[in-house]
Amino acid sequence: MSRLIPTEEYNKKPLTRLSRWIKGETDPFSESMEVKKHSDNHPDEKLVRRHKREREVVIEQVYDRSHNRVYKTFNVLFKIVAVLCCLALIAILLVAVSHLPPVGATDNPASNEVVEKYVEDGLQDTGAVNIVTGMILDYRAFDTFGESNVLFIATCTVLLLLHVNKKDHKDLMEEEKSERFFEPKDDSILQKITFWLFPIIVIFGIYVILNGHISPGGGFSGGAIIGAGLILYSNAFGFKKLNRFFTEKTYRYVSFGSLLFYCLAKSYSFYTGANHIESVIPLGTPGAILSSGFILPLNICVGLVVACTMYAFYTLFRKGGF
Amino acid sequence: MAFVQNVPFFSIMLSMFSGIVSSILPGKWARRLNTFMIIVVAALSAWLFAFMATSDIGSYTYAMGHFPAPIGNELRAGVLEAGTALFFCIIMLLSLWGGREKQILEITERQQNLYYILCNLLLSSLLALIYTNDLFTAYVFIEINTIAAGGLIMVRQNGHCIEATIRYMIMSLLGSGLLLMGICMLYDLTGHLLMSNIKEQVDIIMAAGTYRIPMLITIGIMTVGLAIKSALFPFHSWVPDAYGYSTVSSGAILSSLVSKGYIFLLIKIFYRVIGFDTIAGSHILNILFIFGLCGMIFGSVSAIGENDIRRMIAFSSVAQIGYIYMGLGLGTEMGVIAAVFHLLSHGATKSLLFVSAVGLTDASGGSRHFTDLTGAAFRNKTAGVGFLVGSFSMVGIPVFAGFVSKLLFAEAAVLLPNWKMFPTLIVLAVSTVLNAIYFLKTVIRIYTPVKPEVLAEKGFECKHFKQQVLFGVTIVLFIIVNLILGMKSQPIIELIEQGLHNFM
Repeated sequence: MSRLIPTEEYNKKPLTRLSRWIKGETDPFSESMEVKKHSDNHPDEKLVRRHKREREVVIEQVYDRSHNRVYKTFNVLFKIVAVLCCLALIAILLVAVSHLPPVGATDNPASNEVVEKYVEDGLQDTGAVNIVTGMILDYRAFDTFGESNVLFIATCTVLLLLHVNKKDHKDLMEEEKSERFFEPKDDSILQKITFWLFPIIVIFGIYVILNGHISPGGGFSGGAIIGAGLILYSNAFGFKKLNRFFTEKTYRYVSFGSLLFYCLAKSYSFYTGANHIESVIPLGTPGAILSSGFILPLNICVGLVVACTMYAFYTLFRKGGF
Repeated sequence: MAFVQNVPFFSIMLSMFSGIVSSILPGKWARRLNTFMIIVVAALSAWLFAFMATSDIGSYTYAMGHFPAPIGNELRAGVLEAGTALFFCIIMLLSLWGGREKQILEITERQQNLYYILCNLLLSSLLALIYTNDLFTAYVFIEINTIAAGGLIMVRQNGHCIEATIRYMIMSLLGSGLLLMGICMLYDLTGHLLMSNIKEQVDIIMAAGTYRIPMLITIGIMTVGLAIKSALFPFHSWVPDAYGYSTVSSGAILSSLVSKGYIFLLIKIFYRVIGFDTIAGSHILNILFIFGLCGMIFGSVSAIGENDIRRMIAFSSVAQIGYIYMGLGLGTEMGVIAAVFHLLSHGATKSLLFVSAVGLTDASGGSRHFTDLTGAAFRNKTAGVGFLVGSFSMVGIPVFAGFVSKLLFAEAAVLLPNWKMFPTLIVLAVSTVLNAIYFLKTVIRIYTPVKPEVLAEKGFECKHFKQQVLFGVTIVLFIIVNLILGMKSQPIIELIEQGLHNFM
């Protein structure tokens, strides 16, 4: 209590609010944030117990556990054999590892002319300062193309398994409304932080992708950063806001476009390479952002595919659609 | 370099390209693109096959990019590779045609294009496994292959399929993991990922006698990994559900192509990476031989006890995979030739059996149990003939493909210098009898007439050729492929022999 200013004005002062918040007298988020009571999440104990009991009964009836000797011996035998197999595999692999060449020795078989060529001529051949990027996107680009197709096909399979067709399941629309049932809505701490962090994350991701051939990084790591940013954004602001700029269509066309470009660009360089035709793609000055031929656009493609895949996995597991 | 030598690269890229394009197409157009792509790839492979069979190049390498062999990726093609690619394309196309009706019913409109993406990428991965000359590329495409196969099993999305997919995934990923560890250790020992370079180093290591133990373990876990993935006997528990409950095309593709792709890679590893003499000298082949023999017996025994026609055919696959591994396990060139021929004949026959079995079950009200299947061959005559031909081929009746492969196995066994001769011949005979028991039992049942009153009571319908033209044409083409393999076997065997020589 102050004697110099009236009580109402005193209560509005930031320091007073801070001290009252510390003492626990008020909660500044009580009106701006929706807080769910925790008890709502508790599953119905009776239901859980009934499910457990039913499961027991089913197993009992199917296998007749108390009288079935074969089932019992099988169960015991299965455990013993499983443990033995695992132990045997562990032992075999440990023996193999103990006989392998020592790590880091200079006369290892692995340090041969191939590695030498990568390290010494990498810059000249690919134009990429970052030798790792030069290796995965130029020397061994076919493997990396396969790898980005692994991501693509993984998303397709998850889409096949988890995609919920809204027209077929009208009752799921109800669930959609309570989609954020287990989480507080409009968490202002999360929103404020995401507001500042999201652009930084995305810009950093773009930086990592664009500089993939100059500094450590590249499509896979940069794409993972952008994907994480998208997931953070959808957590803070909800799917509705994210859908304003990222829908299923966006996902489909972005991944289609980048994989198609990858396929065509690499087909060109494979074809010219195998038939000994000079490639017309200039390598540029090493170290400049526009250099090293196809590596920069390919990094962008890989980055887009990885970001889309990460977000698509998240949203499909979360609510079965975009 | 002749232009035709670009075919391996074209066919892999074309199938991946159409997989990518399918992602934005509606289901119908994805299907048309898929059919078109497979026909084009088959035509290209046939062109390469004709070129390789007539020229005296033997085999050639194809650099994927501007950097030659050990630095960059590389493909390698010969007559056997081109022929297998052609065969895989034909079987894939026929399996998809034969199961199309079912597949339109069982897969929702939205998921149609996803299904064809999986098919296209599966074909690309099989082609890559056939053509690649680089172990790590092989591993990357095995990943695609595994995920695509999982998707194909799961696409029907009922309880059985989901469970089968989980089983498949667990076993298959165990196999992939072992293979990957094997490749890592091999790289550590030799410093290369390219098959021909690894072979040079392996020969040096074997001659010098250093690193003998890790080398043996490496070969062992790579072999076991690929054996798990192709469902060799003790690792077959996922087979019946995966082949039996998925949609027909998936079952046919999985049993005739996916497992064969891994076996083809294993043969390539034996010849090009480790060296066949080294492999034949190690005891790993004996293990494959014994498990192959066990698979031949136990797969057939399980099939006899089965009351569900599609699961029965799936169990018979286990037995046939056993045959192939037994052939590899003999450790002679004759045995490998027999194994490769059986790979082809089983691929052609098993997909025919799956497709025609579905025609039979559809004519029996969708029931797969034997009591309902009585007389089914009269209700759907095309499917009946298809099943008859398939069964005869599996049992080993002359004129059909299965006879030639059994003959080759027996021939290879008789020429053996060691203890493996008698077990092979005895188990071959026993297994043939067991095959005959369950296949001929089914054939007799489907050709047993049923009274019309009973049929009317159960509400089974007859299906004529005109109602199912695509299905009928598919069955006829399957039968033609089978007869070609069965009657024109000599030139095919010679080509296989020539191809295996080029492997080295």
